[in-house]
Amino acid sequence: MTAVSISGLTKTFTKGNVTALQGIDLEIQPGEFVSLIGPSGCGKSTLLRVIGDLTPPTEGTVEVNGKPAPRARRDHDYGMVFQDSVLFDWRTVARNVGLPLELLGWDRAKRKERVDEMLRLVELESFGDHNPWQLSGGMQMRVAIARALSFEPAILLMDEPFGALDEMTRERLNIELLEIWRRMQSTVVFVTHSISEAVFLSTRVVVMSPRPGRVAGVVDVDLPQPRTTDTREEPRFFELVTAVRELLRGVGAEEHGSVTAETAL
Amino acid sequence: MRSTAAKSLTLLVTLLALACLYELYRWIWVTTGWTWPFAVNDITLPHLWTIFKALGEPSRYGGPLLISVLLKSALFTGKEALLGFTMGALFGFALAILLVQSGLAQRAFLPYIVASQTIPILAIAPMVVVWVTPHLPGFIAGWGAVAVIAAYLTFFPVAINTLRGLQSADPRAHELMRAYAASRSQELWRLRVPASMPYLFSALKVSATASVVGAIIGELPSSIQDGLGGAILNFNQYYSINPANLWATNLIAAALGIAFFLAVVLAERIVVHRAPENFA
Repeated sequence: MTAVSISGLTKTFTKGNVTALQGIDLEIQPGEFVSLIGPSGCGKSTLLRVIGDLTPPTEGTVEVNGKPAPRARRDHDYGMVFQDSVLFDWRTVARNVGLPLELLGWDRAKRKERVDEMLRLVELESFGDHNPWQLSGGMQMRVAIARALSFEPAILLMDEPFGALDEMTRERLNIELLEIWRRMQSTVVFVTHSISEAVFLSTRVVVMSPRPGRVAGVVDVDLPQPRTTDTREEPRFFELVTAVRELLRGVGAEEHGSVTAETAL
Repeated sequence: MRSTAAKSLTLLVTLLALACLYELYRWIWVTTGWTWPFAVNDITLPHLWTIFKALGEPSRYGGPLLISVLLKSALFTGKEALLGFTMGALFGFALAILLVQSGLAQRAFLPYIVASQTIPILAIAPMVVVWVTPHLPGFIAGWGAVAVIAAYLTFFPVAINTLRGLQSADPRAHELMRAYAASRSQELWRLRVPASMPYLFSALKVSATASVVGAIIGELPSSIQDGLGGAILNFNQYYSINPANLWATNLIAAALGIAFFLAVVLAERIVVHRAPENFA
């Protein structure tokens, strides 16, 4: 069974009559790590939101684990991470991580056990009693990831989660995310602006073109697992980065200047 | 965060400075004989020490000390204001919860809620007394109507501010709750209500003092003699003979309002855990 199956997807916003997505067909297998990349206005975030049933498609179908997206959402198949960590100020770090478990009605003991486990996974076990605003941006993002994975969702949707972080924190979190992904064996759909990040993390990179948003091409990333800091220095890594960049150039991303190709080097 | 000692010292110095200003103003106006905006004498502006001295003397010949009379009145009015504040806050909060459920309800009812506050409290107080008093249970018999009048002043800021607070959460936080398939009530109690707390407490601070004023005013048409409202009415009649008594009563009334305010501030410290910069 495919994890995500999209066919003939079109999304039009009635406000301003904008076609954000047109004729998208995409299949994602369980355990894949798929990045969506493209210039601003290519609809990559909209596509993620349609997959997550945060906004309905205008035409076409989205199936997740063989179910329509709204059904998948109600079945708690999604973990969600945004660019801002969106932690609740009035909850401690531990209670933020346990929020989805509360919504699912887990009892206190079971919740505590899982929250401790998740905090260990993101290496924040000694910060459970801290308030969110006492943590650095990178640590807040790790809390958000722990929260999204706490109930072992079938699919993790990430919308530029590291976009607001500095380069060093970003690269460290990239490695941590891969570690978590391998251990949890979840499917990840990841929206990013950064070519190097997309290539480094993914098993497949989906390049999108703007106005209206379409799939311009797909690059299979055959870099060996597990990936390490050395991966970024392998010749194959550069070849793949170049392949993605060529595709982006084809869709006019260079002129828009909105894709951070520089960060690859 | 400054220490309690430093804070108390600042407060003391400020109070002393205000007292000095008051006496200085008196002295200048009395010695120069200025009559604008009003002539200053022992009736229009009694000495501060006259006011404090009056607290330590019997209010009428052979009676108890004024301070003990006023403290008893303040306790009585405080009881009315506390019940009114509680009822008003609960009603205001419930109303906000109800209104946030539907935009239609908001558009339909909000104008009338606003309009309710344009009616002078003195105009409805007698009606409230007539409607409510016959139906009061034993433990609030006699003064329950005053609490209802205080509640009338309390509920409005609570309802308006809480409604705003319930709508104040980050849109992404709502999306997060949606992604986790949270039910309406889960979203309400785990996101909207906690997000509204800073707003609720700023409203409660306004309402705390308003409920004391409401209770004092409510005592007048209810012909209640045991509270500060009764005391004010009484000392008003003898102002030209003994102005210090009314001034002393005002002092105690202000102290009651401040006590209510501080109680809310204390509760806020305990309840609201927020990044320091996020206090509304």
